[in-house]
Formats: sequence, structure tokens, C-alpha cells
Amino acid sequence: MNNASLELNIVALAPAASMVIFALLVMAVDVFARGTRTQPVRAATPWVALLGVLVTAGVCVWLLGQPVTTFQGMAILDRYSLGIAFVVLVAAGLSILVSARYIPRVNAQVGEYYALILLISAGMMMMGAATDLIVVFLALETFSLGLYILAGLRRSDAMSSEAAMKYFLLGAFASGFFVYGAALVYGATGATQFEQIAAMATNPATDLTFIYPGIALLIVGFGFKVSLVPFHMWTPDVYQGAPTPVTAFMSAATKAAAFAAFYRVFLVALPSQQAVWGPALATLAVLTMTLGNLAALRQSSLKRLLAYSSISHAGYILVGLAAGSIAGVEASLFYLLSYAFMNIGAFAVVTLLEKQGEMDADGARLRGLGQRKPLLAAVMAIFMFSLAGVPPFAGFFAKFFVFAAAVQGGMSWLAAIAMLNSAIGAYYYLRVTVVMYFNAPDAETVSEVKSNWPLNVGIGVALAFTILLGVFPSLWTTLMESGVVTALALR
Amino acid sequence: MVPTNYYLILSAMIFTIGAVGVLSRRNALIIFMCVEMMLNSVNLTLIAFSRQWDNLNGQAFVFIVMAVAAAEVAVGLAILIAHTHHSKSTNIDDVNVMKW
Repeated sequence: MNNASLELNIVALAPAASMVIFALLVMAVDVFARGTRTQPVRAATPWVALLGVLVTAGVCVWLLGQPVTTFQGMAILDRYSLGIAFVVLVAAGLSILVSARYIPRVNAQVGEYYALILLISAGMMMMGAATDLIVVFLALETFSLGLYILAGLRRSDAMSSEAAMKYFLLGAFASGFFVYGAALVYGATGATQFEQIAAMATNPATDLTFIYPGIALLIVGFGFKVSLVPFHMWTPDVYQGAPTPVTAFMSAATKAAAFAAFYRVFLVALPSQQAVWGPALATLAVLTMTLGNLAALRQSSLKRLLAYSSISHAGYILVGLAAGSIAGVEASLFYLLSYAFMNIGAFAVVTLLEKQGEMDADGARLRGLGQRKPLLAAVMAIFMFSLAGVPPFAGFFAKFFVFAAAVQGGMSWLAAIAMLNSAIGAYYYLRVTVVMYFNAPDAETVSEVKSNWPLNVGIGVALAFTILLGVFPSLWTTLMESGVVTALALR
Repeated sequence: MVPTNYYLILSAMIFTIGAVGVLSRRNALIIFMCVEMMLNSVNLTLIAFSRQWDNLNGQAFVFIVMAVAAAEVAVGLAILIAHTHHSKSTNIDDVNVMKW
């Protein structure tokens, strides 16, 4: 390592670097606008941020090609990391559109918000690119610290600051476990780089005593971030208390980032221990799906409902990792992308149902929405059908691919439990639809919807891709197929 | 030379004390300090392994952990202050607007 020629392919970090540059630009625009009190300039911050997302997406497309490693193999740019970067960009772009009129309403500090979204996205992209435990930890903390701030963005609101407080205390606690796990894996193998860990772990001369507690602690750390049961306690409260566009971003992008590193650590660095972590993850997947769905059945707040639904979706995605195959990784990537579109779409509709000054909406607001606002109800129904896994929407193929990967991986029992869970899930998603179409409107029903064009564009894009990915899933899968193979060829 | 296991046992003990502290203490600031203690016990583990393997990865990791811990303090205290404006206390039993 010491005598190797300095290998610095800075280009491998271009997607994250582009996000950071635009974050600085957003802050600069905000600062100059603040001094002169020119509202038109200030209002430009979301558009600068959105431009950053689009430019970064362009950079990602331009970089599709051979994998490039950087900093002595601490990070890699391959199709897998670009795929994760793309999911994060989708989540960031849609959330910026949803936020454009929402955030000024709940908090005056506009610039920081968009700068933080971009910086968090940069950290999340590094999660997908990291091939070293040190980089994984750094990226994990980069995006987590930003999310703690975003959850408490509305300081005047008791619920928002409480959400930040809970998220922060439990998040810091969990990162302690994560870093201890990383330290023990390093102790067992003497390496932090995934390939070297894998090489040492298969070497019969290595004493692997410490690797097992290390794996367990890493699962706790990652499990917290993707909200697996029993590390999910923070999820409903944080999702409910945080401003709704932040919740939308958090639910989709955090899952993508944390699962990205989760997959790479376990499949590239620790494949030889799969006999140990495979069954453990399968058990966690069963617990997560079941408890998430059962708890969602009795929620009245829409944000809490979506929070528990997001816990159960984490369980479905984990099925792909428990399968431990390339098909499982591909399926999970498709799941993460579909989830970003349909879930942010659903949260965007929730922002429309909120009353002035509120950051949550009760399910009762939906009663008879089909009569009062037919278009909005139809859009919400499509997102709910997709989340439930009804064809021909994206959510159907997402579930189909993951379950098929589990069956191929010899885990038919897991696929069967996951399918039973989809049935439980369908109950509460379809109940939302039933309330919208078969209940009569009453005093609680939303009668006035203050829509705005950025939000409409956001919902439109989410809706278009929810349907498009459901009809043509090959749009994404052909792009990713070869990529996942190279990513895992590392082992 | 002190055997590596001694360091590992000590750091595991400190980590456990920190974790138990997080779960049992009620003052948010003390919970915070317990988290820092957990991170520092991990630093000790990393340094011990770094010496055992005679490579610098562990020491580099420690620097990253320390930098992250410092950033965490900055964000955490700000969140704590924002929350104290509402509940007028640092007791986490008052973090109860939403049901757990």
C-alpha cells in the first residue's frame, strides 16, 4: 500500500463533488440575497439546487462505463454506485420540487435547507461508492448529521425539534455500534478495505474470533439506518415530526444509501461468512415486514401510516440481501428506485392535505376525496396501489423481482412470508382508497387544496415513472444488469 | 508489551458502561456524554488493533472518528438547545409530544 504509485482518479468522485459545488453555490446565492433583501434572488435557491441535481445526473450518465477506483481503492465508481447515486438524485430532485413552496411556509431559512439536501445527497452517493469501512463510516455520518438538522428544521414547532432530538440521540447511539463493529472486523482481518477483508476472511490462517461480534454490530448499525425491526423505534416519530418534504426525502434516499453500503459490505467484504449473516438477515426481514405491516394497520395519521409502511418496505428490500445473490442485488436496486418515485409521490399528496401551519394530515381528511377532488384522489390511489404491489405499477415488479430472487436463492419460505405480508399491506393501502371513494365527504374532508406548480411537476414526474417502471421495468434493469456484475466481481 | 487483549477488555468495558448509560440515564447531556464514551472506547480498540497488525488503517480511522464526534457535538448541542426552548428541561422523559 505504501509503495503503490499514487492512484488518484478524482473523476470517480465527480458526482459527489458536483453536488458539493452546487451546495456551496446555493449558500452563496442565499447569502448575497440576504444582504440586499432581494426576494427574487432568494427565491432562486431551489432552482439552483435543482440545477445541481440535473447537472449531477448528467455527470452520472457521462461517467457510465468502466469501473474506476480512487484513493487506493477506498471508493469506486461503477454502475452500482451510479445506480445508487441516481436513486438519491431522484429523491433529492423530487423533494426539492415538493419543498419549493412548502419550506418557506414552515421556516424562513431557505438557503441552508437546499444546501443541506445537496450535501446529504453527496454523502449518500459516497455510501454507494465506498469500498472501505472508513469511507462507509464517514459517508454514513455525513448524511446522518445533515438529516438530524433537517428533521428539526422547524424550530418553532415542538414536534419537529422533538423528532430531531430523538433521531439524533438514537442515531448517535447506533453509529457507536456501527463503528465498534467496523473496528472488530478490522481487528479480525487487519484490513478496512473490502477486498482485503474478504481475502483475509477466507485465509485459514486468520483468527476470526472477532469477526462474528463485528458482523452483529454492523447489522445493528445498518439496521438502525434502514429502520429494521427491532431498531425501528425512531422511525414513526421522526417521520411524523419532520417537515413532510424532508420525510419524503429521508424515507427514499436514506434507504437507498444505507442499503447500498449494507449490500457492498456484506456481499463484497464478508461473503465467506454468509452462513452466519444470511439466516440472521432473513430473520430480521421477517420481523421487519410483519411488525411494520401490523403496526401500520392501526395508524390514523397518514405520515405515521407511511412510516410503518416504510419499515415493512425495508423488510422486503432486505429479502433481496438475504438471498445473497446478484439477482437479489439487482432486484433491490429496482425496488429502491421504484420506492423513491411512489413513496415521495405519496408524501407529496400528503403535503396537499395538510392544513395551514400543520405538518401532518389525518386519514379522516381523505373521506370522500374521490367526490371532492377526483384528480387528487386518483393520483393518491395510484401511489397506494403501487405501494401495495398491484400491477401494472412499479411496486409490483419491485416486489416480484425481490421475491423471485429469494426463491432462486433457495429461500422459498422467506418469499412466502413476504407474499403473505404484501397481503396484509394491501389491506391498509387499499383502505386509504376505500375511504377516498366509498365514504361520504364530511366536515373533516379536505375541501380546498392549495396546489402550486413545482409540486404538481413533482407529483407528475413521480406518477409518470411509477407507471412507466411498472409497464417497462427493463428501462432500468438492462441499465443495471452488467453493473451489478462488475460491482460484485470484486470478490 | 501489554497484550492486545487487555486493551480490548478495557475498551469493551468502557463501551458497555457507555451503552448502559445511554439506556438508563435521563439527562440528554449525560446520554450525549455516554455516546462520546462509546466512540472513544472504539478508538481505543482501533489503536490496539492498529498496533497488533502493525498498520496505520486503525489510526487513520481514529482520526475520522474524532472528527465525526466533534461534528456530532456541534449538531447535537444545537438540537438540544432548540428542544430545550420547548420543554424547558434536558430530561428526556419530557421528549414525549409524540408517543414512542
